[in-house]
Amino acid sequence: MKIEISNGRVVDPKQGIDRVATVYIAAGKVAALGAAPAGWHANRVIDATGLVVCPGLIDASARLREPGFEYKATLESEVAAAIAGGVTRLACPPDTDPPLDEPGLVEMLKHRARLLNQAHVYPIGALTVGLKGDTITEMGELMEAGCIAFSHGDAALVDTQVMLRALQYAATFGYRVWLRPQDVHLARGGVAHDGEVATRLGLPAIPACAETIALETIFELVRATGVQVHLARLSTHEGVARVRAAKKAGLPITCDVAIHHVHLCDVDIGWFNAHCHLVPPLRGVRDRAALRAGLADGTIDLICSDHTPVDDDAKQLPFAESEPGATGLELLLPLTLKWAHEDGLPLATALARITSEPARVLGLNAGHLGTGADADVCVFDPDLRWVVAPAALKSQGKNTPFLGLELAGKVRYTLVGGQVVHEA
Amino acid sequence: MRNPQLNAAGELQHLLTLEELPAQIIDRILDTAVPFVSIAERDVKKVPLLRGKTVFNLFFENSTRTRTTFEIAAKRLSADVINLNIGVSSTTKGETLLDTIDNLVAMNADMFIVRHGQSGAPHLIAQHLSATRHTHIHVVNAGDGRHGHPTQGLLDLFTIRHYKHDFRRLTVAIVGDVLHSRVARSLIHGLTTLGTPEVRVIGPQTLLPTAVESLGVRVFHDMHDGLAGCDVVVMLRLQSERMKGSLLPSAGEFFKNYGLTVAKLKLAKPDAIVMHPGPMNRGVEIDSAVADGQHSVILPQVTFGIAVRMAVMSILAGN
Repeated sequence: MKIEISNGRVVDPKQGIDRVATVYIAAGKVAALGAAPAGWHANRVIDATGLVVCPGLIDASARLREPGFEYKATLESEVAAAIAGGVTRLACPPDTDPPLDEPGLVEMLKHRARLLNQAHVYPIGALTVGLKGDTITEMGELMEAGCIAFSHGDAALVDTQVMLRALQYAATFGYRVWLRPQDVHLARGGVAHDGEVATRLGLPAIPACAETIALETIFELVRATGVQVHLARLSTHEGVARVRAAKKAGLPITCDVAIHHVHLCDVDIGWFNAHCHLVPPLRGVRDRAALRAGLADGTIDLICSDHTPVDDDAKQLPFAESEPGATGLELLLPLTLKWAHEDGLPLATALARITSEPARVLGLNAGHLGTGADADVCVFDPDLRWVVAPAALKSQGKNTPFLGLELAGKVRYTLVGGQVVHEA
Repeated sequence: MRNPQLNAAGELQHLLTLEELPAQIIDRILDTAVPFVSIAERDVKKVPLLRGKTVFNLFFENSTRTRTTFEIAAKRLSADVINLNIGVSSTTKGETLLDTIDNLVAMNADMFIVRHGQSGAPHLIAQHLSATRHTHIHVVNAGDGRHGHPTQGLLDLFTIRHYKHDFRRLTVAIVGDVLHSRVARSLIHGLTTLGTPEVRVIGPQTLLPTAVESLGVRVFHDMHDGLAGCDVVVMLRLQSERMKGSLLPSAGEFFKNYGLTVAKLKLAKPDAIVMHPGPMNRGVEIDSAVADGQHSVILPQVTFGIAVRMAVMSILAGN
């Protein structure tokens, strides 16, 4: 199968390409860019005039809800959402039920994803058995089964001794560890940022120092062990400053932010909008500005969707009792474009945060359109406006604070391994 | 965002919070309550304003006093009153909160009086009624989590107006556990809306919420400084589970620092009034000599509370 994506604006951040060109795909790989290979004859030509052609998006955190939460979402529904959103590779956190703490579960997930033959799924293994925080998992076995890193999801890892040992063990074998910086005790019971909004609404709050204290703990453990740590879901002004300083000091760390936190802040909770109940909590206006600045200067390496499909019933509860999270796979691209537009950033800079940068952090040879690379491609119309509505989303989770909002940027074609898996 | 408690015409559809409630509506409620006070003094304590209406007292959190005053208020307006003490949170109960509401709507409820342990539960119910197009049903927040207790706030305003007349000249101090207090939040919103020039909160850092100044109050940690020159002193109830632990070392130390005694009350103006939403912990937040003393208006608050709740219900029923 030879496919030609002709005359689109090809944006490949990793290769520094942003020009109108034709992409030639053969045998599942990028065969050439610009000039056709000798003797080229396409089986299919996709006219991308007026469209952007970029590497398939890589989402560093998307919950597929399998195993255990199939009533919220299934692998089928969420992978369909991924490719509809232009996402061709995604990493899923271990907080399933049971958690991804043994090879069989990981193999099953990989196997099921392979059968679907759509987006690539990269499980992140549980750092401790059952995410209970006391026994480290068989990380070697889990790696062999297909895990790409280890994390504790949003589960509490109370015991710092266990954390130290888990990081030492991971460091021994060169495994990456993903940690969400949040002090367990300071966050206990909290559902909103400790600030004016939580005070006004009477919501139990999580202070910003819950993040900075956890960051400093992690930094010390990174210094002690040399482990490569990826910091998941930064949320505060001070947190960004600490990460910036730690990176400057040469610590082997990377970090991400969820797309929601790039756009929203605690004020958006309005009158108890449970769609704005997120983990970590939406913080203040100043924090959001710092996250954007961190993204612009590279302190924050990548943007993820932190896709968390939640069923309606679990959101139709008083704010603190509602289940946190928002659907995001299909919003990652338009919301990233919105950020770039608002902050006046070049398209390539924005797309790097959802293509080449997550590829680097996940350790994948992907996220670019270099000759010979897997032909994972996203072709989107940057100007097509659409309204976020339940019917417009393929994800089983219709839970998003952006319901009713008109966004620009719609995926027209998604290719995985040279196959068109989505077109609209 | 439009306040969900007002309808498109700007009238009161639900009473969910005193925040952003226009001063004209607050004044109207307080004015309406005045004649209801005297109804209670008559032989026949009933008016027919809510005749044929069904009011559900929906209490997801235990309360005797508030439920009783709402029940009396509704009955004096000739409504049929059904008390439901569900008493547990909606997550531990088999039926969800909104399923409960749908069932009661099917029983042709006209008004829900809602007490819930979670902030925002009455807003959720009001939004659900709007989404399911039951716009003739009214919701009254009878206390939600730490968020609001608007009828308590209104009865506090009524009491202050009764004794002090003009909010624009007053200094009001609210003392104690502001962090967990829906009473304090509602009263602060009401006082600032009505133009009270100085509202103070007094307490240790552990019992004052972050950025409480953003509500328009001055913060005092010292009781002596905070009470100086006050016209009104509002003591908050300290829940027993908060008297010992990481918020406070002991009830005794709290009383020593923040309990209202006759000696401390002398720092306020000579004609200051002392209020308390009840139930009181004598010897913890307030000394008996003050609670029963000549400055105390704690029992009149209870009486006014019924009249204010009658006013709220009758205005809602008319909109």
